[in-house]
Formats: sequence, C-alpha cells, structure tokens
Amino acid sequence: MSLDRDAVSHIARLARINVADGELDNLAGELSQILSFVEQLNSVDTTGVEPMVGVGSVMAPLRDDVVTDGAQAEAVVSNAPDPVGPYFGVPKVIE
Amino acid sequence: MSALSDLLRLDIASARTGLAAKDFSARELTEAYLAAADVARPLNGFITETPERALDDADAADARIQAGEAAPMTGMPIAQKDLFCTEGVKTTAASKILGGFTPPYESTVSGKLKADGAVLLGKANLDEFAMGSANITSAAGPVTNPWTPDDAPAPLTPGGSSGGSAALVAAGAVIAATGTDTGGSIRQPAALCGVVGMKPTYGRCSRWGVVAFASSLDQPGPITRSVRDAAIMLGAIAGHDPKDSTSANVPSVGFEAALAGGVKGMRVGVPREYRSDGMPEEIDALWREGVEMAKAAGAEIVDVSLPMTRMALPAYYIVALAEASSNLARYDGVRYCVREEADDLIEMYSQTRGAGFGEEVRRRILIGTYVLSAGYYDAYYKQAQKVRTLIANDFNSVFNDVDVLLAPTTPSAAFAIGEKIEDPVAMYMNDIFTVPASMAGLPAISVPAGLSAEGLPLGLQVIGRPFDEASVLKLGLALEDAAGFDRTPRLLAGAAS
Amino acid sequence: MSMIEGRDGAWEMVIGLETHAQVSSKAKLFSGASAEFGGEPNDHVAFLDAGMPGMLPVINQRCVEAAVLSGFGLNAVVNLKSIFDRKNYFYPDLPTGYQISQFSDPIVSEGWLDIELESGETKRIGVTRLHLEQDAGKSIHDQDPYRTLVDLNRAGVGLMEIVSEPDIGSAEEAAAYVTKLRGILRYLGVCDGNMEEGSLRCDVNLSMRRPGDDLGTRCEIKNVNSIRFIRQAIEFEARRQVEVLEDGGEIVQETRLFDPDRGETRSMRSKEESHDYRYFPDPDLPPLVLDQSYIDNLRAGMPELPDAKKTRFVEALGLTPYDADVLTADRDAALYFEAAAEGRDAKIVANWVTGEVFGRLNKDDVPINVAPVPASELGALIDMIKGGKISGRQAKEAFEAMWADGKSADAVVDELGLSQISDDSAIEALVDQVMQANVDKVEEYRGGKPKLIGFFVGQVMKASQGKANPASVNAMLKAKLDG
Ligand SMILES: [Mg+2]
Ligand SMILES: [Zn+2]
Repeated sequence: MSLDRDAVSHIARLARINVADGELDNLAGELSQILSFVEQLNSVDTTGVEPMVGVGSVMAPLRDDVVTDGAQAEAVVSNAPDPVGPYFGVPKVIE
Repeated sequence: MSALSDLLRLDIASARTGLAAKDFSARELTEAYLAAADVARPLNGFITETPERALDDADAADARIQAGEAAPMTGMPIAQKDLFCTEGVKTTAASKILGGFTPPYESTVSGKLKADGAVLLGKANLDEFAMGSANITSAAGPVTNPWTPDDAPAPLTPGGSSGGSAALVAAGAVIAATGTDTGGSIRQPAALCGVVGMKPTYGRCSRWGVVAFASSLDQPGPITRSVRDAAIMLGAIAGHDPKDSTSANVPSVGFEAALAGGVKGMRVGVPREYRSDGMPEEIDALWREGVEMAKAAGAEIVDVSLPMTRMALPAYYIVALAEASSNLARYDGVRYCVREEADDLIEMYSQTRGAGFGEEVRRRILIGTYVLSAGYYDAYYKQAQKVRTLIANDFNSVFNDVDVLLAPTTPSAAFAIGEKIEDPVAMYMNDIFTVPASMAGLPAISVPAGLSAEGLPLGLQVIGRPFDEASVLKLGLALEDAAGFDRTPRLLAGAAS
Repeated sequence: MSMIEGRDGAWEMVIGLETHAQVSSKAKLFSGASAEFGGEPNDHVAFLDAGMPGMLPVINQRCVEAAVLSGFGLNAVVNLKSIFDRKNYFYPDLPTGYQISQFSDPIVSEGWLDIELESGETKRIGVTRLHLEQDAGKSIHDQDPYRTLVDLNRAGVGLMEIVSEPDIGSAEEAAAYVTKLRGILRYLGVCDGNMEEGSLRCDVNLSMRRPGDDLGTRCEIKNVNSIRFIRQAIEFEARRQVEVLEDGGEIVQETRLFDPDRGETRSMRSKEESHDYRYFPDPDLPPLVLDQSYIDNLRAGMPELPDAKKTRFVEALGLTPYDADVLTADRDAALYFEAAAEGRDAKIVANWVTGEVFGRLNKDDVPINVAPVPASELGALIDMIKGGKISGRQAKEAFEAMWADGKSADAVVDELGLSQISDDSAIEALVDQVMQANVDKVEEYRGGKPKLIGFFVGQVMKASQGKANPASVNAMLKAKLDG
C-alpha cells in the first residue's frame, strides 16, 4: 500500500496535524516506505488466532464507588494556555 | 584519582555501604556530582537540572540515615527520564508541544524513589515522547554518547529513547537513572553506552504518571552501573499500583537477594532466529562468547526456535504507532501546552499539533492514525495483535524447556548522530533484538559484555519468563562477572584530564 | 405500526432509539471525582478527567453493577467478558481526544422490553445492546464573545448507552418505550431518570418507507431530552422526510437537532466532515471479566420490576389492568400506592391515587415522593369513609384541605367539623321535626305516594346541613312513616 498526497492530507486532517503542501510528497514517500515494511505481516497465517487484548492474563480491577478526587479546579487549569476563570477557553465553536 | 572522583565511581551498592558506615554523607555525595556537572553538560544529557532540589533531598537523606531509617536508594543522586511526571518540576517528554508543562502530580515510580530518599539531580533527555532509537528527535537537541572518540568526525548517538539516562550513568554524571522501555528504549541505549539496563515484566512497575507512548508496551525500569544496582533499584520502583489497571498484583521483593542464587543448572535458550542474516561478525562473536560465559558459570545451553521473531518488528510498529496516535491526541492546545492561535477550532488543533510535534512523532501519529482508520483496521492493527499472540505463544512454549534466553541487545555498536535519519526503517532496525520481548511483555536485561572493533561497548541481552526477573538478574550477574567489563568512556565526570 | 398518509399512499415509520442513561454513582466511571450534577466549574474533575499526561483509568464497580442489573431488567444477556474501546475524535469537551466506550464486546447484549399501547395491546421492542461509556464535558458558547468555555465536571461520568432494535413504529411507541425503560432503570435504582438534568437522553434514528419496502435512509436526531419532545421530534421528522421523498428528493443520512421552541428538527453542522472514529481496545484497560457468582448475587438482589408488580396488582389486588399499569409506571407511585393500600380495599385506594392524588400532582407539578398528603394520611382518610365518620364528598373536601396545608386527616376533619351524624337519637329528632313541619306530605305518603320518601330525606339532610348519614336517615324515615 503506497500513499499519495491526497491520502496523506486526509490522514493528516483526521489526526489534526497541519502538513504544508510542500511536505506532502516527501511524507507520502516515507509513510509508504514504513507501510510496505509492516505489510510483511500479511504473509502470516492468523486464521483462528485471537488478537492480543491485555498483556498477560490480567483482568481489569474494579474500584469502589467513593469520591476520592476533584475539588482542585485551580490545579486543573493551571497549565492551560487560555484559561477563563475556572474554565478552559478555546476558539468559538459555532453549532 | 581524587577523593571526589572516587565518590563518583561508586555504584549504588557500594555507596549504600559508605553512607551507612558514615564514610561520607549524602550531601557530600550529592555535592561531588554537582561539582562534576560541568564536565558532563556537553553531552546534553539533562533537559532540566535541579541542583537546589538535589541538596534539599540530600539533607533529608542524611537526616534519615542518622535516624537509622535509610532505604536502599536513600541519598542516591539520580536522574529521572523526562517522561516521568514530577510534581512542581517541568516535564517535557522532550517535546515542544508540552511547553512549560509543570505537573501538579508525581508519577508512581518517581514518587517511590522520592519516598525512599533518592536525590533528584535532574530530568534526563530522551527522544521526543520516547519515539526513537538515537535520541535525535528530542526538542532539547541530541545527546552525545560519552564513548565518542576524540577523533570522531561526528558525535556518536547514545541510542534511545532513554539516551540521556544511559549517557549520564555511563559518564558518571548520575549514579543511576530511570528509563522507560517500549521496544528497547532502556536496553538499547544501555548497550550503546556500556551500562546495565533492565526492562521489567510488563505490569511490574506502574505506568501511572508516565507520559504514554504505547500503553500496552511502555514499562519503566532502571539504568545502572551494575547488575546488582539494577536489582536494588528495581526493588525500589516495582510493585502493584491500584491506580494502574495494567499493574500486576504480584510480590516485588528479593531481587537483590536472588543474585546469590547463581546460574548452576539454569537452562539458557539460544534462539536461532536471532542470528539474522547480515548480523555483523563482531555481534555474532560476542554472542558466542556470552554462551561460553554462561556455560562456564554452570548453565546448560539449549538451542531453541522462536519462529515469529522476524514478524515482531513490523507488528510492533503497527501496535505501538496505533496506540501512540491515540495517546497523543490529548496534546491539542486546550488544557496545557503551547497553542498556535487560530480563529477556527480545527485550525487551532492542526496548527498547534503541526507545529508542536517533531518530524518523527508526526510520522508515527500519521501511520498510527492510518492503520486504525476505516477499512484498514483489520488488515493492519488486528492482524498485528494476532501476530503478537503468536509471538507470545512462541515464548511460552520455549519457556517450557528453558529458564531464560540469551541474545545480543543490538545489531551494532553506537553509530554517528545523523546516520540512518534519512531512512526511518533502517533506524527501526536498531530494535530488532529488543522488540520481541516487548511484544510479549517479558523481563529483559542488557549487560555490557565487550567492545566493538572501534572500541565501543556492546551488550548482551537476557530474556526471562513473566515476573521471573530473578533468573534474568542472575544470568546478567554471571555475564557481568565473566565479561569483567571495566572500560570507561572517554568523557567521564570527575576524571583528571 | 402506525402509518402516515402521504399525498400518494401510506408511509411506514421505522424508529430505533439510542438512550444514554447516567449511572447513579457517587464517583465517575474511571476516576474518583464526584459524578454529582452541577458543582463549581471544573471542580468535579480529577487529572484523569482533564486528560493530563500519564493519568490512567480504573473502572468504578458501581457502574459495572448498574449495567448488569439493567441487563437483567431488560431480559438481556450479561456478557462475562467485555472490552473497553477508544472512540477517537477531537472536541474541546473530550479532553483525551477519545471517549472510552464499548464497541465490539459490550457488557450487555440481546434483550427486550414490552410496551403497553393506548389500544391496550402490548408490543415487544428488542434491545440490541447496553454498554458503558464516558460522558463528555460541557462547552459553553454564550458566556464569552470570542471564546467557547469548557467545563469538565460532566467529563467521565458513567453512562449506559441502551440501543433498541428498529422495532418502534410510531411516536406513541417511542414515548411508551422511553417511559417503560425509564421506569425499569428507576426501579433498579441505577439511574434517576431525570430528563431535565440530562440523566436520561435519547438519540432518535428515524427513516420512512413504503409498507413492505426495504429500510430507507435514516437521520439521527440527537439528545432529545423529554418524552414530549421525542413525540414532537418524531412527528415533525417523519412529515419532513415524507415531504422530501414525495417531492422526489432523497434523504441525506445526517445528524439533526430538535429545536423545542420551533418544534422542528434541523440539520446539525457536523463536528467533523468524515466520522472515522478509529475504534480499538483501550490498552490502559484489560478486559472486564465477571464471574458467575458475582452475577448470580446481583440477580438474587433484584427488586420487583414494573411488569411483575402490574401482574400482582391485577391478580392479587384485583385492580383493572389499566389502573395497575398507571400505578406501576413509576416506582415512587407504586410504592405510594402500596403503602396506602396496606390493609385496605385496594380498589378504593387505587381510585383515590389515580384520581385525586395524580390529579393534584399534575396540577402542582410535584413528584409523588414529596406529595403534601403522604400515603399514611390518605389511608387514614379512606378509613374514615369506611368507618362512616365522614362521607365520600366530605373526604374529597378534606383531601383538598390536607393537600393545601399538609395537615393530618384527623386535624382537617375536626377543623372543618366534617364529622357525619350517625347517632340515631340526633337523627330521630331531625326526622320528627321534619314530619311535624310537613303533616300534609306525611298524609300523602301514607295515602300511597311512596316516592315522597325522597322529599323527606332531602329535608332531613338539609336540616342536618348534609352531616346526617343518608343511610340512617332513610331507615329512620321508613320506620316512622310506615310504622
Ligand atoms: Mg448516538
Ligand atoms: Zn454513546
């Protein structure tokens, strides 16, 4: 599978990563190279094999339903680039 | 050698003895490291240095020692890989996008070392978000391998992603350091810098508070000067953490004590598929020597087969990049990190992320996004996770027959910074021997065992059963003793030059 | 299946509902922050909920329990192994860039519930699945002229998404389905069902087709937050689609919003041009594995659900199916009725609850659990009628007064002097007085005009200002006139 410019800009849009037009061809080349490398996997017969979900034989632990966290609005927004009082601020969203 | 440099040569085990015997104080030990800091600074091993914090930690450690409440890591001047969130200390993951992020919380692993009275000298450099094998993708600039010869045309890489940690330990700038290993990020730099690096079993050390790269693979671990130190430090950072759902609820004690056991009668497997075509003769030779060392120490050598070995690397890149593409979605300019202003939301996201992530990280996010996207999930991600099951099955079946596996850590010695950048896949090949154990979540250690033709360190890797770090450490110690690796890098803190 | 008459022939509605029910839990699904509604901005937020680096999720057992109980309530399969997946998309109220949900392996699948229609018949609606997932935060668009503000108090609160089969054929059926589902969840105590606060919200998937045709293209109407709005939204959207189709147009598969003020749905500017959520198992969460004994214990502790209660009310208490249905629709109403009916004539109590009580509740729009007349006092009032202390008419008067100032039945009956005269000597005095005042009529009666008895009764009641016990008056008059 080799990717063209359009495919790369579509993925970039999906990933919300701005890619300059000038970079598209180069990037398409690099990504295609990586993809053809990983595509060796298609040669493996995995019929009847379960995909690995969770490493080892672990099961999800369960937590008690008690409030142990929160009440720290200041710390929560302390690293925000554009806090508005206790809120996070972002460019206006029109719905 | 001056008394100062004597202190800088001690490993954790001997420093512990000296502190307990009051031969020197934690403050003296820390001051020795701070005084030698200038020598190591050209390596660019630290992203953030914390000398004041170090002195406070040292005084607290001395009080503890006085009170007779010292823990094994009390007073040990260390570096934390800058992937561990440290409360009140800037944490960057070597990325521009985190900007001046200062966590209001402390990771479990760094917190355990803090609680044990370890002394924080600073935050170690790394590949951006731990994505790399040469520590050249760091927004803070590359790290130089202290083994770089004077006459080298270009500085050598320390490997990655824990390149800063390994370089600092090798150069005597810290007594030990934490690292994280996703596909080899502890073992490979340790090998290239001539130090010991251990990746514990997945789930042995908590990932809580560690900036995530690939959640199903990331595992914190120690980078130290000796196998014994690795055992001591592992004991300090390991243990069940209820805040990490993937943390294993198993006892994590007695690693150092286990070393006494020795390897007599231990069955050591030699996986034939690791003998990749085009493996440099010096690596092959080192491996053969390792086998002889194990045999001489009383171990039984068994030739074993891991048929899926060749598929580990491609499967790894799909799984790791898919997880990374999702883990790094939170860096969007809303709650922390640098924002590129734009009047529309999607633009704000794209500008922020486009400018904030470095090239390799962008590449990996795009690949990861692609392999998860509609129509490709089954062919890439699902197939990779199936292959991963087969890889784990391979290991399970050989571990019915052997106790540990012995292999090289890397396919080559340290290379020059700037090599392999043009070719991402060639760069990925550095992890060919370390990735299989990562995919199966197995414990593995890299021990310096010899030198390349150019006089650069080479490492041997021991891989064990899940949660059998003890056997891994035992064979590691046997190899360390037999190899008697006592060479020091060209650049050495406190060395009379 | 109700039809819509178009210009040229009938159309059939095909509706599936996705209901998001907030789990009644103290803490969030994956963090220890409070799940309580409201709170100061970003005050119910753990660093995990804010998507801080290195933060990890741990499952709240209460949310698992709620999902399992709901599974039983919906006659569904509870899966011993389920998996949490990441649903990836970018939005300011989604701090991590992904919602932790369940995609391929939900905790509950394949259930159903029966709904009662006004026609009296019941219809079975399939439930495809129930899964656990995180709620998102809140984006506030109208507080700052240049920016959207984000409050993460809701982010990470546990939701159960309950997906129905496209078995719903009308607005009425949709309303009945939601009412029934809400009732079950409230009976189980797993969701407070408060639609105003958004504890229960529905996405309506609707398409139209000619009877017998294949499914048409559907539209999803998001977050409709009251049963009335669900009806309105469906009726409007069905009409809209029929018009488009009959004008030879095509339905665009899209997400629409219901505007309660206009009573219409409109196309919603989509969050992302291409919805590619890139689901994959969350590597921070191993599979959720439940053991059989855990599940059996939960099943053993299940409370009586509406259908069972309804059957019991009809068979054991002799209520009409209609009353039983009305009384079991809401858990609190059923509990109120059962308390009042304890040791009394259930039919009479049922009439009072469905009549007087429900009437005043609707009028004042208050929930039954805080009704000014508690079940015990309604019972006391009903006892007075039965004991002949007051008449039914007086009881209604007393009820109004009790409701108005929350006093006890005894107090009110005394204050209003509503006790009925049953003692014979008092009634005899009145009867004599009336007979003396109407000697002529007495003659007429005895002369063969028995109908006049009614006149005498009326006079006596009037003289007693309505307080005399009509039965006793009648008996006394008969005795004296005929004797
Ligand atoms: Mg929906
Ligand atoms: Zn949902």
